[in-house]
Amino acid sequence: MKARVHVMLKTGVLDPQGEAVRHALGALGFTGVEGVRQGKVIELDLAEGTPEETVGEMCEKLLANTVIESYSVEIV
Amino acid sequence: MRAAVLVFPGSNCDRDMAVALRAAGFDTQMIWHKDTVLPEGLDLVGVPGGFSYGDYLRCGAIAANSPICHALVSHVERGGYALGVCNGFQVLTETGLLPGALMRNASLKYICKTAGLRVETADSAFTAGYEAGQEIALPIAHHDGNYFADDQTVAELAGEDRVAFRYTANPNGARDDIAGILSANRRVLGMMPHPERAAEPAHGNTDGAALFAGLIGAFAPA
Repeated sequence: MKARVHVMLKTGVLDPQGEAVRHALGALGFTGVEGVRQGKVIELDLAEGTPEETVGEMCEKLLANTVIESYSVEIV
Repeated sequence: MRAAVLVFPGSNCDRDMAVALRAAGFDTQMIWHKDTVLPEGLDLVGVPGGFSYGDYLRCGAIAANSPICHALVSHVERGGYALGVCNGFQVLTETGLLPGALMRNASLKYICKTAGLRVETADSAFTAGYEAGQEIALPIAHHDGNYFADDQTVAELAGEDRVAFRYTANPNGARDDIAGILSANRRVLGMMPHPERAAEPAHGNTDGAALFAGLIGAFAPA
């Protein structure tokens, strides 16, 4: 089984990289891009039957820094 | 007075920190990240600058979960002292020993220059060698030094006199110009600027020497 973890900066935390991407899109002529947030996707290959809660623990302990980041887990 | 400096793969200021600690009078040894225990009777653990584990995942995140960092957390929980500089500050926030997080610089650029700092409190072993309000200059060299914490944490840090240093001209977007903070028991300091790179005349700047000298003073018999 696979799990896909999405890690994003929390709402309210400034994302300078996302802002830079937004400016670059504007420079390319794409109008109307009102905001860009950049995050990361981490794919895990897991032994069959690994509980989703275990992936949650992995996020809490290592994959996300919950001071600034939120995460979501998708079993695929 | 005994100190240890942790060494991770990718640390590059570990020897500089050891030189500064030894010059101040600490009996200092280097400790490899795979070790699981710290030597008995340590007063201070130094967490050096660099790029531990290549800054993979997040700066300091992998180091914070390394075997030696579990021992570091126990050392601090026992009331031991710890000094984290640059990547070491990032490691200390990732372990939860200090609040907040260090984010990408607002400019998105790696910044390497001398930064003006104001010493905000002399009430700690780390800053006892300075006067509160004193302005000093120390080198900074980081890509992720933009200190972030939520409003409540920032207010607590200010209210409890736990901001050790602020930038006089904010280089990286850090909240409230924060360059270094203390733990609640004032025995853990994390800071982005490098005192160990400005600790002897050959460095061209000795503003960092007072930090190490003040620290040794805290351990000297009264």
